[in-house]
Amino acid sequence: MLSRVAESIYWMSRQMERAENLARFLEVTLNLTLDQADSLVDPWEPLVQVTGDTEWFVEKYGVPTQQSVVNFLAFDLEYHSSMLTCLRAARENAKSVREMLSSEAFEQINEFYHFVSDSSATQITDPTAAFFDSVRDYSLLWSGILDSTMAHDMRWHFANVGRLLERADKTSRILDVKYFNLLPNVTDVGTAIDDLQWSTLLLAISGFEAYRREHHLVNIEKVVAFFLFHQAFPRSVRSCVAGAHWSLTEIEAKSNSDEPGEAIQHIATLQHRLTESNVKEVIAGGMHQFIDLVQLELNQIGESLTYDYFNAPRPS
Amino acid sequence: MTHNRSQSQASATQNQSQTSALTEQGFVAPQLAGYKCEGFFDELVDENNFARPDAENLIELINRLPPEELLRRQNAIEKSLYRMGITFTVYSDEAGTEKIMPFDVVPRIVSAMLWQHIEAGLKQRIRALNRFLSDIYGEQKIIQDGVIPRDIIDSAPSFLKECIGLKPPGDVWCHITGTDLVRDNSGGVYVLEDNLRCPSGVSYVLQNRHVMKRNFPQVFAASQVRPVNDYPSRLYGMLQAIAPKGVTHPMIAVLTPGVYNSAYYEHSYLAQQMGVELVEGRDLTVKNDIVYMRTTDGLQRVDVIYRRVDDTFLDPETFRKDSCLGVAGLMKAYRAGNVSLANAPGTGIADDKVVYAFVPDMIKYYLGEESILANVPTYLCHRDEDREYVLANLDKLVVKAAGESGGYGILIGPHASPAEREEFAGKIRTDPRNYIAQPTLQLSRVPTLAGNALEGRHVDLRPYILCSGKDDIWVMPGGLTRVALKKGSLVVNSSQGGGSKDTWVSAEAGQDIASDWQDE
Repeated sequence: MLSRVAESIYWMSRQMERAENLARFLEVTLNLTLDQADSLVDPWEPLVQVTGDTEWFVEKYGVPTQQSVVNFLAFDLEYHSSMLTCLRAARENAKSVREMLSSEAFEQINEFYHFVSDSSATQITDPTAAFFDSVRDYSLLWSGILDSTMAHDMRWHFANVGRLLERADKTSRILDVKYFNLLPNVTDVGTAIDDLQWSTLLLAISGFEAYRREHHLVNIEKVVAFFLFHQAFPRSVRSCVAGAHWSLTEIEAKSNSDEPGEAIQHIATLQHRLTESNVKEVIAGGMHQFIDLVQLELNQIGESLTYDYFNAPRPS
Repeated sequence: MTHNRSQSQASATQNQSQTSALTEQGFVAPQLAGYKCEGFFDELVDENNFARPDAENLIELINRLPPEELLRRQNAIEKSLYRMGITFTVYSDEAGTEKIMPFDVVPRIVSAMLWQHIEAGLKQRIRALNRFLSDIYGEQKIIQDGVIPRDIIDSAPSFLKECIGLKPPGDVWCHITGTDLVRDNSGGVYVLEDNLRCPSGVSYVLQNRHVMKRNFPQVFAASQVRPVNDYPSRLYGMLQAIAPKGVTHPMIAVLTPGVYNSAYYEHSYLAQQMGVELVEGRDLTVKNDIVYMRTTDGLQRVDVIYRRVDDTFLDPETFRKDSCLGVAGLMKAYRAGNVSLANAPGTGIADDKVVYAFVPDMIKYYLGEESILANVPTYLCHRDEDREYVLANLDKLVVKAAGESGGYGILIGPHASPAEREEFAGKIRTDPRNYIAQPTLQLSRVPTLAGNALEGRHVDLRPYILCSGKDDIWVMPGGLTRVALKKGSLVVNSSQGGGSKDTWVSAEAGQDIASDWQDE
């Protein structure tokens, strides 16, 4: 398959996943503000912090408020990773490989983009969780269409790698939001508020019901383990990395190159660590630091893909 | 629901009793209620509003449906075209706004007999144009024999010296042609221009048909319409047939300038329908005169390229140095016979608007035949006599710049202001070689939705022709009917506010009909 096509499919898929996760962030926070007493920590600032683009935000918007953060994360076309920017980029990528997608897949991206773009004016002034819920529905529909209307060949595997690397990254960031939220209020641990916050977090990765079925009660260690190390839940970091590993293996098997690529070696290492890690040690050693490291490794895998398959020259 | 239905049935009966009449043969031909031909030739009805023979089913349907229902279906179709992303990019808009080509729900119908005439004429024309291209880039006998003046060829920007001596496989230069046809007030068919480089629009033909079949299944089934949806297979077959010698399973690719090209949708649609690669210049590389594409597996050889990149952008080594749309070394690979290009580079000389005027002479010269399809009478401004006539009659003529297309560089004399005519007169005097003029034809019309009413709008027709060998020429039964949506306008280009219609060519006994064909 053409290198350019592989790269565009990979990015299209990443950008769609990114847009979905931004909607999840915002939806959860909008819900949280409805249940939370005013005295508690402001939920909007951490959303900016996890992007890593706080400086950019402060320069343009100043103090984070509901409206400014929603505008920033959802609709700001000047921000390189807002939901609408991602959808627009995903659609541009989809357009450039349209002949490689199923018609259903292209049409769905097209509709999705128009839906968000058409809603932006009203949602900036009066954002609703219901809107971001619809965005989540559109995304789930997209995932389903991708999986059930395209042959699971190289194209699909590149899309799958993009989707899962992005998802692993964002699941870890959603967990990180809690870190920012909790840090100033360690005394809240174990309170009803804490329970509410962790539950909301589980909702953000659609994992609330799965978690309850296994553990019934909210327990920090178990929630962290669910996010990072669950073997079977499709949005846990470990399960995303395992899926991406599988797709990369398939891609390697189908390509004719003699030596294994860098990406597959990196991902094997990461997967090994996720299998071997212990949640107690992670919390003891600092969850935030652990997540940082995982994110760094995910980035490295992404970069290796460009050398391995997209024909970019390796930096010397 | 029930109430509405009985209402529309009641009004249908009323319409029929008011608008039908006995013809001489004794059967009832429906009349298009409230429609006015206004002295123009109409493709669907005669001057008394009676349906032409092949349009009876359609006119009956239109009479039966309340006008708001037609509009509703048209809006539904336009919405679905937008949803499907069947759009062209508007260059001027920086957000890269996309628009659908406006679609009109009333099809144009072409009788089997008229089609026979058109098809024969187009095949003849392609044969002559291929001979001309071989000759003009070869021995140039046609110049030596005084049929075409040398300076016309030498001064044409589309004549590429770099192509002299090329010998495309089977002497076929124009594999894919879109010829623009018009009908005048008497119903006579004229060739308006030949498009031999990268004619676009065929994807609209296929999609228009697709949405019409879905939205008007009954009338479609009742009308004997010839199918068009085998075009991608035919195109693929043609591309396969022109593969370099010895290549039995060619790797075929469509070469596009990229996602920002106005016809990008079409490029990707055709690649998808044929199941071949869609490549951009940057995906290709030439090594040892062999063309490769860059894949996740390394380099892979390409044998046939359906190029949708204009001649002079194809190869920066040979043509424009500044082109990043093409591939360096492509022409050398082509000369070496290692890759086939459709259309062959250099074909642009045959659709120069001045050279166009000589096509009937070419047909006589190369084939010894009279041309079946007439040209529109054309004045060549580089001839003193013609130029004087043109300058004296600018208010009656259409003037066109020879090197422009897409409806740009045109003066429609009768509709222009004195100042505009004066401006064009200046241009003609400065560069007479670049201008031709033609009488303003009263183009034929087709009933078209204007709000809730049907009004006549002028149309042209671009059928597509595939040629894989001297005697292997296929004409798509139908083509792109473009319609000038503005009242009275003669300009049908989509860049100038034109729209399109489905084109129904009636089948003769024994010919395939579209309703029997499964849609994709």
